[in-house]
Amino acid sequence: MMQTYTCIICPNGCELQVDMMKDRRTIKKIEGNLCPKGAEYARQEVQDPRRTIATSVLVQGGVLPLASVRLSKAVPKNQIFDVMGAIKKITLQAPVQAGSVILFNVLDSGSDVIVTRSVKAGGQNV
Amino acid sequence: MMEKDVIIIGGGPAGLAAAVELRKKGIEDILILEREASLGGILRQCIHDGFGLTRFGETLSGPEYARRFIDEAEALHIPYAVDTMVLHISPDKTVTAACRDGLKVWKAKAIMLAMGCRERSRGALGIPGERPAGVFTAGTAQAYINMYNRMPGKEVVILGSGDIGMIMARRMTLEGARVKAVFEIMPYASGLPRNIQQCLHDYGIPLYLSHTITEIKGGSRLQGVVVSEVDGHMRPIAGTEKEYSCDTLILSVGLIPENELSEGAGLTLDEQTKGAVVDEHFQTDIPGVFAAGNVLHVHDLVDFVSMEAEQLADCAASYIRGRALAPCTIRVAAGSGVGNLVPQRLSGTEAVTLSCRVRSPQRDGTLVVMQNGREAAVHAFKRAVPAEMLHIRIAAGALQRQGDLEVSMK
Repeated sequence: MMQTYTCIICPNGCELQVDMMKDRRTIKKIEGNLCPKGAEYARQEVQDPRRTIATSVLVQGGVLPLASVRLSKAVPKNQIFDVMGAIKKITLQAPVQAGSVILFNVLDSGSDVIVTRSVKAGGQNV
Repeated sequence: MMEKDVIIIGGGPAGLAAAVELRKKGIEDILILEREASLGGILRQCIHDGFGLTRFGETLSGPEYARRFIDEAEALHIPYAVDTMVLHISPDKTVTAACRDGLKVWKAKAIMLAMGCRERSRGALGIPGERPAGVFTAGTAQAYINMYNRMPGKEVVILGSGDIGMIMARRMTLEGARVKAVFEIMPYASGLPRNIQQCLHDYGIPLYLSHTITEIKGGSRLQGVVVSEVDGHMRPIAGTEKEYSCDTLILSVGLIPENELSEGAGLTLDEQTKGAVVDEHFQTDIPGVFAAGNVLHVHDLVDFVSMEAEQLADCAASYIRGRALAPCTIRVAAGSGVGNLVPQRLSGTEAVTLSCRVRSPQRDGTLVVMQNGREAAVHAFKRAVPAEMLHIRIAAGALQRQGDLEVSMK
């Protein structure tokens, strides 16, 4: 059977045509990708779709009320809201350093939660 | 009056990249003026990832992307002033700004415009109805959630399929809101295909093309919107009205370069890009005033903003040193199917990259650059959408010294 996917790896957003068996395990042909990453994405998307998310965690005593965070790698798509829930439980104390890991291997996904924005200690000044 | 070699207006991605590159080219006397309390521009609130693939070869969040340039600017000890709002630039390159200490005036050898863009608002659309709370531009909602920890609402409708609107559809869904639908007046999406997939399809949010909002309802708070289908001329079709209850309406209906300062200085603006008319050195029609990034033309990717500002810095450094930039008398015009061409004037002596957009979605097309009846450059593509800026490279020597250019779809 044929399925069409939009590659999300880069802004080109290639339209990928995937010819596969009904069990989705055997992929016969992938077309429409401008680079090898597109084929890799199509295979992943057919068999085990994954996504990365970005959100924020609360910061106490910082110049900003929030520090933004992201995942070190994509997690299974159906785990996204559980991962959000796990991240929401965290509150950090300023100062917070970008790059620091605040949650290792979130929900056994193999992905870490990383701070993407430093927040200095002090009164709020957004 | 203080004197400066170069004043950069705006400390976002364009201003920062230009500052770093100018310093690397040996220009010492630089000052960045930023109206916000910290550097980084709009990237500060763009916490999603996907930035930096072209410029850095890896995918970064907005704050991380900005940090790379801020760290570099700080390591190079480039002076900057925050909480400083430029009020006026004059054609003789005097810059007047308001800051915590009062008014300040500088005289610069060169000015770099890097003010970015702003969002079209409800007022620009003229949607009839009440004026309740709960109507936000996508960027405002993004600032509320990602900067101030405030949730704009719970039941959301989005008008316009711009990238920021789609990114906010996902962001608000992750934060527990119910995003009912995205309505787009055009027959195609205005944002990138990957955002339709990862921000809408992934979360089951429907996108309705050729639809618009024809009424806003609510007293003190938004209660609902009326949506209508539109015909081929974007006119609402009577009888197609449908009401959606919602407490929040997010507008993602386009970005406009922020050029009040440019207009005040008397610069010529381009009707399509809404940015300054520039030559291949990113120089406006006032010698020594340069523009790059979203203030020049709205980009879809910050990587290209940074790279454009870096190119500008090369030219501005030569100008500051007193070297003559090649005169640019060849005009570039947009022909059929093409819009938003930059730069608008060329020298004909150097290699140059033109950027433009197609007017409607295309498959297996070719863009042709014609001069004096011959093809100076061609750019073939498999697929092109208006959401995506295209780049056409013209080799050195491909142009004649005289004769205007026209870029069109073949």
